[in-house]
Amino acid sequence: MSEPTEKQPRRVHLKVLGATLGASAFAYAMAPLRAWTKELSVDAFLQKHYKELTKEEMTKVIARLEADTKRDYGADVTIKDPKPRAGVEFGYALNLSVCIGCRKCAEACHHENNHDRATNNSYIRVLEMEQGSFDMERGNVQYDHAVPAPGKFYMPVQCHQCDNAPCTKVCPVQATWKEPDGIVVVDYNWCIGCRYCEAACPYHARRFNWTKPEIPKEEINPDQGYLSNRIRPQGVVEKCTFCLHRTREGKLPACLEACPTGARVFGNLLDPDSEIRWVLEHKRVFILKEELGTKPRFFYFFDV
Amino acid sequence: MACSVRCTGKNIVRSLLFTAAIVFGVACGHRDQAQSLQAAPSASATGAVVIHEPPKLTSIETDKVDALGKPIRVACVTCHTARVGQKLPTSPDDLRDFHQGLVFKHGDNTCANCHVLGAQDSLRLADGRLIPMREAMTLCGQCHGSQLRDYKKGAHGGMSGHWDLASGGRLRNHCVDCHDPHAPKFVPSTPVLPPRDLKLGPPIPHQAGPAIPKLSTEGAHP
Repeated sequence: MSEPTEKQPRRVHLKVLGATLGASAFAYAMAPLRAWTKELSVDAFLQKHYKELTKEEMTKVIARLEADTKRDYGADVTIKDPKPRAGVEFGYALNLSVCIGCRKCAEACHHENNHDRATNNSYIRVLEMEQGSFDMERGNVQYDHAVPAPGKFYMPVQCHQCDNAPCTKVCPVQATWKEPDGIVVVDYNWCIGCRYCEAACPYHARRFNWTKPEIPKEEINPDQGYLSNRIRPQGVVEKCTFCLHRTREGKLPACLEACPTGARVFGNLLDPDSEIRWVLEHKRVFILKEELGTKPRFFYFFDV
Repeated sequence: MACSVRCTGKNIVRSLLFTAAIVFGVACGHRDQAQSLQAAPSASATGAVVIHEPPKLTSIETDKVDALGKPIRVACVTCHTARVGQKLPTSPDDLRDFHQGLVFKHGDNTCANCHVLGAQDSLRLADGRLIPMREAMTLCGQCHGSQLRDYKKGAHGGMSGHWDLASGGRLRNHCVDCHDPHAPKFVPSTPVLPPRDLKLGPPIPHQAGPAIPKLSTEGAHP
């Protein structure tokens, strides 16, 4: 009836503009949903942080992960969530005088922790170093000759489980943290794969899953832990956990058992009678990159 | 006046929102479940520490193999009770009939430093006492005392099983599991599991050594 006033078309235009902007913003906010893959179930998407999961929720999560492993890999696995033990803080020492660089530790890690077969991934990197030098920049990880080679020494490097860990501080979503027994863990279902932690680690101890790990069914280690060696999804960071699915049950880490020279010593730092304490108190012990103040729980030592 | 009332009203709304935010934040900050710990390890160690007994202490490989292709071993006493030599050889070169090809690279030792004529299942310590062959570690420790000390403290020698002896036992290697008593130095071996990291370049040029074959890109990351 009444003619539209001068103001009304402008108001309409503004409304349309506002609605368009709003719709665009909403679409942009929902953009991650476009990246939804068929592997990602609604339950996995809505899963809470590890620390917020109740016991019942964790039981459901584990059942789902076991079913996923069965579906994707055809393997029957058991995923546990062993808790830290009271009165236990883990420590690890490695004898550089006897390590021969055979990489058996890296191989044991590869199999124990269900690493991708094609990439020979492992949480342990063995550096071949010049005797008389400690320049890690000159360390070679690709040596492919009989070991020990004359004039060389060998330094396996893995996660040092630092008490002052740079990796946990940079995580924007708190997907990695330090457990009461000293182990730095990752909730693989909370990690967003930004790789800040990988960049922050001075020991190059973290690995990123560029692809979905491929492991033949019969080679999958069925004894798995939620925070340790369960098969990681694509796009998340992983790391050495001192084999917490083994060590929290009192067993030795896989890399120690594989070492043919006995270079590795593992145990409870809080137990004054433990082997690790004897080494720390009686051997010439040094800390890699001590000047960074990371306070590792991984030590190197020499005989003599 | 009206303005001041409106402003105060705004402030009240703001402070309410602020309080709500704090309450919400506190509520969010305490969503973690209480962390449960497992019981501390028991003080009484029930697991046994067993030292592995290498078969080579009491038997020797023959050139015959069993159905699985494994060499058949015969106990030392099988031959050594029937044949007692006149004297111990001084070096492996003197071995004519048996133990041929024995490599000996263990300092200036002679056979009689450790072995006893007529008691081949025993070893002789430096003070003349005889010990059973399976206690060979005592003999090794005569010269390699620091290694034996480290071994006893758990800082030398491989092992498997449990760090926590209250949870289970442990199997420890014998000296002879890793060191050939006649040539104890480790023989160089080919390392396993070469790394195939993403974008791992060629070896650093100043590293002397044989050329490393080009890494397979099969299965490498994109």
